[in-house]
Amino acid sequence: MKPFDYQRATDADSAIATVSRDPEARYIGGGTNLVDHMKLGITEPGKLVDITRLPYDSVESLPDGRVRIGATVRNSDLAAEPVIRQRYPVLAQALLSGASGQLRNLATTGGNLLQRTRCSYFQDVTTPCNKREPGSGCSALEGWNRHHAVLGASERCVATHPSDMAVALAALDADVLVAGPDGQRTVPVTELHRLPGDEPEQDTVLRHGELVTAVELPSLPFAVRSRYRKVRDRASYAFALVSVAAAVEVTDGDITDARIAFGGLAHKPWRATAAERALHGAPATEEAFRAAADAELAEAETLRDNEFKVPMTRNTLASVLRELTQQEGS
Amino acid sequence: MDSEITLRVDGRRETLSVDTRTTLLDALRERLGVTSPKKGCDHGQCGACTVLLDGRRATSCLTFAVANDDSEVVTAEGLAEEDEPHPVQRALLDNDGFQCGYCTPGQVCSAVGMLDEAKSGWPSYVTEDLDESVELDEDEIRERMSGNLCRCGAYANIVTAIREAAE
Repeated sequence: MKPFDYQRATDADSAIATVSRDPEARYIGGGTNLVDHMKLGITEPGKLVDITRLPYDSVESLPDGRVRIGATVRNSDLAAEPVIRQRYPVLAQALLSGASGQLRNLATTGGNLLQRTRCSYFQDVTTPCNKREPGSGCSALEGWNRHHAVLGASERCVATHPSDMAVALAALDADVLVAGPDGQRTVPVTELHRLPGDEPEQDTVLRHGELVTAVELPSLPFAVRSRYRKVRDRASYAFALVSVAAAVEVTDGDITDARIAFGGLAHKPWRATAAERALHGAPATEEAFRAAADAELAEAETLRDNEFKVPMTRNTLASVLRELTQQEGS
Repeated sequence: MDSEITLRVDGRRETLSVDTRTTLLDALRERLGVTSPKKGCDHGQCGACTVLLDGRRATSCLTFAVANDDSEVVTAEGLAEEDEPHPVQRALLDNDGFQCGYCTPGQVCSAVGMLDEAKSGWPSYVTEDLDESVELDEDEIRERMSGNLCRCGAYANIVTAIREAAE
């Protein structure tokens, strides 16, 4: 590992100034992804600015019904937070489906959003990878691509985003609060991550030096009926093959509102707007659930090893919607 | 680049100068001679390096020592009271909860942290009702302990031991 300088940030402004002026500097939170990448040689920062002791470690219910989650709140604490368990079960479940107990105790909200793909070629510095080394090629296109993308991929990159939490946040229409050298801005979480296109090395729209300070959840009362389901190769402690985050509102047997996002399918958490449109005003029936899945998956393009993801997504979405709408009816 | 840090390890105060690249696991094992946390995968995937960091279970291989200045670290070795094993350790002994034993110190720390989490009412992915208190049945224990791998496959007895220790 390349030697690096370590600084513990005591205030956000100086942390942002330090990282902004040094292209080799990086923020570090829980470190569960970054430390691993430094061991693997994927990234070689010259300086780490530790932001874990900045005052971003609380979850606040705001007067307008929104909930603000500080960027350094640990994944385990967020999942255990009563307001999240009661008002946004999809988010608690997504967090609890990710990683392991000991990793969730370290991992932060901001770091979870900014974690990088687990594509095995990205993580193996001996193989070509356009995300790790732009222009070197994509080993997954013709390689082992069971875990790779079926929506929104490019010929440069077929990696998937690994976060569960971000999929729930995408379904909930969360906002990401960002501070940078030029002030603060708000980025909808659905616009934080990019599709790979010609620049797969750019995971997000954040610029160097920008710091995620918080995530805000909208009030969204019907999210009390929401759910996250993750399908994977083993029962626990594995990344998603397919995951579904959903919240639905049912009135007199018809779906009046729905929020759906998919994980494991794309370079970003995939907000399923076509499925949502298909469900709007539809009866809560198996046919409607499957039609919604088909609407979203019409554009899916599969690779050698991941054809199974299309029917698996259809089945998982139908199963989650069935469960949520039965819950509503009972 | 070296940095001076102070750790409290199993009740002892330790001040040492570490290269910033040193993980907490390597500082414990190589610098302080505290070898109960084990290096299995060194990538946070096996849980053998689990310690209690400021009271919470954590993988010591995925955090730099320098980031843990002033922290309290308890390893499996520090859980025993003089000659009396911790109840989780006792239960693993009584139930043959290991074969080779390499993963055991990590299993012990993880179980102790996990039991505290359950006592605080933290749900898991398999908890049906997020508002209800948690009952640690076999499914709950298996889900909550999934970050600790045992290549001998002693899981059945590990689960039994943890259930016993939870009572």
